[in-house]
Parts: sequence; C-alpha cells; structure tokens
Amino acid sequence: MSRRIVGPFNRVEGDLEVQLDIQGDQVAEAWVVSPMYRGFEQMLQGKQPVDAMSYVPRICGICSVAQSVAAARALADAQGVLMPANGENAVNLILANENLADHLTHFYMFFMPDFARDIYKAEAWYTPVAERFTAMKGTAAKQMLPARAQFMHLMGIMAGKWPHTLAIQPGGTTRTIKAEEKIRIMTCLYQFRTFLETTLFGDSLENIAALSSAEELDGWMQSDQHRSSDFGLFLNISEALSLHTLGRASDHFMSYGVYPSNGESLFSRGVWENGELQRLNLNAIREDVSHSWMLKYGDAKHPFDGITQPDPEMKDGYSWCKAPRLENKVVEVGALARQQVNGHPLIRSLVAASGGNVQNRVVARLLELALVTMAMERWIKAIRPNEAFCHLQSMPDEAEGVGLMEAARGSLGHWLKIKQGKIYNYQIIAPTTWNFAPRDAQEQPGALEQALIGAPVRKGESTPVAVQHIVRSFDPCMVCTVH
Amino acid sequence: MPHQQTKTTLLWLQSGGCGGCTLSMLCAESPDMISSFEAAGIDLLWHPSLSEATGESVLDILQSILNDELRLDILCLEGSVLRGPNNTGKFHMLAGTNQPMMNWVDKLSAKAAYVVAVGTCAAYGGITAGGGNPSDACGLQYEGDRGGGLLGESFRSGEQMPVINIAGCPTHPKWVTETLAQISLGDFNEEHIDALGRPRSYADQLVHHGCPRNEYYEFKASAEKPGDLGCMMENMGCVGTQAHADCNTRLWNGEGSCLRGGYPCVNCTAPNFEEPGHPFTETPKIAGIPIGLPTDMPKAWFVALASLSKAATPNRLRKNAISDHVKIVPTIHHKRKS
Repeated sequence: MSRRIVGPFNRVEGDLEVQLDIQGDQVAEAWVVSPMYRGFEQMLQGKQPVDAMSYVPRICGICSVAQSVAAARALADAQGVLMPANGENAVNLILANENLADHLTHFYMFFMPDFARDIYKAEAWYTPVAERFTAMKGTAAKQMLPARAQFMHLMGIMAGKWPHTLAIQPGGTTRTIKAEEKIRIMTCLYQFRTFLETTLFGDSLENIAALSSAEELDGWMQSDQHRSSDFGLFLNISEALSLHTLGRASDHFMSYGVYPSNGESLFSRGVWENGELQRLNLNAIREDVSHSWMLKYGDAKHPFDGITQPDPEMKDGYSWCKAPRLENKVVEVGALARQQVNGHPLIRSLVAASGGNVQNRVVARLLELALVTMAMERWIKAIRPNEAFCHLQSMPDEAEGVGLMEAARGSLGHWLKIKQGKIYNYQIIAPTTWNFAPRDAQEQPGALEQALIGAPVRKGESTPVAVQHIVRSFDPCMVCTVH
Repeated sequence: MPHQQTKTTLLWLQSGGCGGCTLSMLCAESPDMISSFEAAGIDLLWHPSLSEATGESVLDILQSILNDELRLDILCLEGSVLRGPNNTGKFHMLAGTNQPMMNWVDKLSAKAAYVVAVGTCAAYGGITAGGGNPSDACGLQYEGDRGGGLLGESFRSGEQMPVINIAGCPTHPKWVTETLAQISLGDFNEEHIDALGRPRSYADQLVHHGCPRNEYYEFKASAEKPGDLGCMMENMGCVGTQAHADCNTRLWNGEGSCLRGGYPCVNCTAPNFEEPGHPFTETPKIAGIPIGLPTDMPKAWFVALASLSKAATPNRLRKNAISDHVKIVPTIHHKRKS
C-alpha cells in the first residue's frame, strides 16, 4: 500500500489536494485536503450587517451571486422583510444566470477536457471528442465562451456586472427593469436557448425536460442528431467507460430548495435517504472539526453556534474544511441531489438504476440547463416594469437569520447573529463543504472520500484519470468550501 | 524579450482570492478569451481553471521554470499572498507540494520577465485582507497602499519592471487581456503604469466619466435608498468621482457597471478599499456634509457649487432622484416654424 498525494488538482475552482491509498489497481482509501484558508467568518465579526452584502459575494468568483443571495436571505430573515414579486423574479433571473453559466463552464471547461487526454487515444470515440474538448484548443470552448458571455449580458442589465454585484438586497434588487430592457433580456434568453438546442442537445429544451426514464434516454440516443450533440458525445463516452459505475457516495441527498416565485419553489426542499423522500430537519445540522485544522470547543456545533478558529497544528487535522453532517450522517449535494429531491422522473430513474455517480451527476446538471432556461423565460415574462423591485426595512439591533439556497453545485447556507447592531457571528456552510468534507469524530469519510473508494488505477498513472472524473463530477468550488 | 517569432509564455497561479478575475475573464467578448490569447501570441503554460495538466505534470512545469529549462515571460498571480499564520504561509500550501504558495510565488517571480498581479487581492491584499486580516494577506509588491508586500518595494522583474497591478474586484476582462497583449507585443513599460502600478489604459480615468447619473450629480439630486435613481455620492457611499477606472465608458457584461446596476462604486481598484472605515453603502459625513471630494476639485468651490446647484435643482430631478422609476420626464420644447 502506498499513500499517493495528488495536487495541485486543477479545473476545480480553487486549490485541492487528494491523498490516495492505492491497493493493487484501485483506490482503497482517500483523504480530501482543502489547502487554503482566508477567514471570511472571522472578517465579518463586528461589521455592520449590511456590509455582509459587500464582503460575502467575494468569497467566490464562480458562486458570487449564490453567496449574495444567501446573505440577502439571512439579512431578510433577521429583518422580517419580504420581496415584491418583481424582486423575487429578478433575483431568480440573476441567480439562474450564474447557475447555468456555471453548469456550462463546468461541462465544457472543467469536466469534458479529461476525455481528450492521451490515455484515451486508443478508444473508438476518441478523435471527435479530442477535436472538440481538448483544453484551450478544442472547438467546443470557442463556441461556448461567446454564447456564455452573451447570455451573461443579463447580468450587465440586471446586476451591473458579474461577479461581485451589489444589486441583490434583502428586500429585492436595486435595479428596476424597463420595458425595453425586458425585451433585451428575452432576446438574450432566446439566443441562449438556440445555443443549447443546436450545440449542447441537438434537440428542443422541452424534449430534454420531458425525458422521463433511463430507457427513454437510451431511446433518445438512437437518433444521429442527438448522438452527435455534445450531450450525445458525453453519453456515448459514459456508456463506453461505464461512468455510471464510478464515484458512488452514500446516495443520501439533500437540497434546500431554490427559485421561489409566487409562494412556490421551482426546486423543492428535502432529503432523500434509504430510497425515500423525507423532510429536512435544519436543527440536525452540525459542523464537526475533529479532522480540521480548527480549534475544537466541545462537540460538533449547529452553525448558529459555530466557531471558526484556525489552528494549523491541530493534531488529527488534515484540511481547512469543517465536516458538516446531517443527523450525524454524510450527505451529497448538487444538481443530482436537487433533481432527485425534486422528483424529476429521469433522475429518479437513473438513481434507481445506478445511484449517485459520475454519469448521473453530469446528466442532472445538463438537464437543469434545459429546465431552468425554460423557467427564466417565464420569470422575465412575469416582470412588471412599472412596479416595485425592492422593499426596505430597518435592521433590528438584536436578531438572527438564516439564508438557505441552492448554488449551481449544491446547498449553501448562511447563519447570522446580530448583537448591538453588529454582526456577532456569521457561519457559512457551502456546497463543497458538504461534498468534500474530511472525516468526523466517528471517522466517517466525507462524500468525495467515499466516492473515491474503488476508483480504478491504470498501470503507470500518477494522477489516475478515474479519480479526476470522480472529483470533477461534483463540480467542486474550493474557495467556497473553506471561505 | 523574445516575441513575434516565439510565443510569449504565461504561467497563471491562484492563491488567497476567489478566482473571480479568471471567471470575469471568461466573459471577454470580441474576441473571446481564448482568441484573445491566441491573437496576442500567448502560450499558456498552465492556468488552474483552463489547462489540461493536473498534479505531477503541473509540478514538472513549475520545476522546469525554476531549473531554467522553460522560459517564463509572464507570471500572473490572482489572489493575495497568504503569509499567515505567523509567517509560515500555511494558510495556503500549494496542493501536492507541502510548500507554502508564497514560497512558490517568490521563487517563480525571480524567473519571470514580467510579474502581473491580477485583481486587487494580488496587487494590494484586497478583500482577503479585510477585517482583522486573519490570513495575514498582502499583495505581491504592496501591503495596502504601502510598498512592500511579498516581493518588496525594490523588486524588479527580468525586464526591470515593478509588478504590474491590474487592480479591480474583479478585473474587467479587457483590462487583463489587453494588458497581457501589450506585454506580449513588447509594448508595455513603466510609462504605462500609474503611481500604484496600475495600467494607465484604464486607471487614468475615473468611474465618474460616463456615469449615466450625471444630471443628478450636477444638481446634487441625491438617492436616499437602494434603487433610487439619484446621484449616490451624497448618501449611498458612491466614490465614483474618486475611483480610478473606466467602468462607465468600458462597460461590463454588455451594458453594465456598478452605478448602472443601481449600487455605489466602492473604489475596488484602490488599495485598502476593503476597509473604508464606514459601511460601504453609506457616505460618511461631518455635520451633515459628506467627507470626500471629487478628485482634483478644490473644497471651497465644491461646497459653493454644491449648495448653488442644490438650490437650482429642477423639480423633475428632485422627484426622480428619490424614486425607483422616472416620475417626471424631461419637458419637450416645441420649436415653431417661422
């Protein structure tokens, strides 16, 4: 047995190290190391609550709006303010813009380039995939980047800029949308739909959204037009490499729910465990620091009472990441978890067949590109230019609030306590904190640590390609993870 | 430095930041980011978000540079240098190396013809140095507005240049792609940077230039709450009249800027912007009068003009300034044919 250290692990957001014990031709055990600490939770203590809106988006350049939305919700919860309908729809549009751009970036820039590696040269599918997805050289990124940039003109209109907008407020948005701007955004969405339908799917968004089982997906692949789309290329590779057998964690999924509009969420809140949907008990969340480089104060704490005190000498520590647990158990978050909890029939069918794995995580992400683009078309139609976009409310001197939402890569929560008009405590659990957590007091490995067990290692591989597929299938964001 | 015939080599590292300057750069348009690099003859040796190489093959690239087997023309750092705790650099150990990132950056900087700080974090410390600066973050050649940082005030790169500070939180895609292209063409020297090391191409301008709220500014018709249409200088913390950048003439994501998005400029291209000493979205005042003057404006004149223009504010602007929708439109003047 040999401990192998893999890093720097790129095409994830931020820095990542993975340590592997390899036995024979597979991974026997894994340790996931988040190697960087900045200390936003410490920075925020003693600040005016409203200043969170300027600091918190800067935790992350790829989930910046998600951080902003979570902070706005935590402040809104503390104030007791509700958004007007326009505010809600505007925030949904801005957030969806980021989340979908992230899904696209992940697929085209972070995930697919691994299949263009030399190690796959002998595979029957290799040549067209390498032409399309080789990092920096393939034809796909050159098509995707302009489409993505054009799609993000929505940000220019509705949020001023991306990342790091201050347009999102607890009570709505700072930017009223005029009638002609509404048309501009609708046109922008039309162009994005065209890109998805011609390049990514080779089919209409409606047909993708309507796929309802693993068998239907197999049937869909029988068409030449579908098979030669980028989604088709992926499914073809996935079948050839059996990506549905790679990277299974605990199949225990969580989603906070996201995109509220008119009293309903586009994607619902819940937990999927032991093959059934359950209510999410927020009081059962704890952050364990047994294997983190953090000072320990008694037992694992609920984030309202969380403490963040870094200590690199902590014995048994091997990561800056804390280990969040739900009822002492490891959960997986992300697009797959979100669609499993929300009950999309294709995802339920795929998970029933093979659980949470590399293939199904990618399929869920691409499915969301179809589902959420269609929802964006509805939200922009619902914007009423002559009505209010923001409600205002003063902040009490003593309050607490929680802001829960779903970023592209999963469940993001902010827990805030205000005393004497200042931030007393601010605790953040990011999606990749859940997925890439270290072990806990019970020595339970985190979700990725579990998912890596059994990953095949080919002869002579220093950085096993299967490990790379598994890690990237989670679409990790390391700068959020530790923050 | 060699160019034209051979490509310009570029290594991009990330440390104490959010990756947002790279993500912003992905929004480059006409041309897109990859075409921008190609057109400038830039060969990306490695970038953490964009390159194929992972793990050992990355370490091989870094080692080849240190061994002088691979020429390094441009080193870009995105994110602050993390020195803590207690100067150990352990707040960021480069994965796979068991070495503090600050040591890698230090050693690689000595090999680079040009060293570029991408974003305010890498330039001056930035948001990562906010609050009590828990990670002991600093910039490559600055700590806030003081020279020093990781490399020290006297540092000069292979081409005898100080660190080029493309400050901004985040950077505009074109601030980065165009500066890198200028460097690659051998068309960038000390005359092209300002007193804080920022490319003058964007830092010689003020965010105020091209602000669509100019009429409100002229008449001191001020916004009072988020979403109001008026000038945000008096109450909302906006420092666009003092901030060095071209955000309102070179727009973001098509047609945006902070001010166009309805929120104040927080001077994110400046050292120490992360700790303004007051809430970001409130203007500090003494006896009701805002502290902070428009750049190059004599105080007495500003006060005199402000009170004069306040007295002369048209009703239209007074009403619209404190509304989120235009209440009164400009009057149409009918011109009679004679």
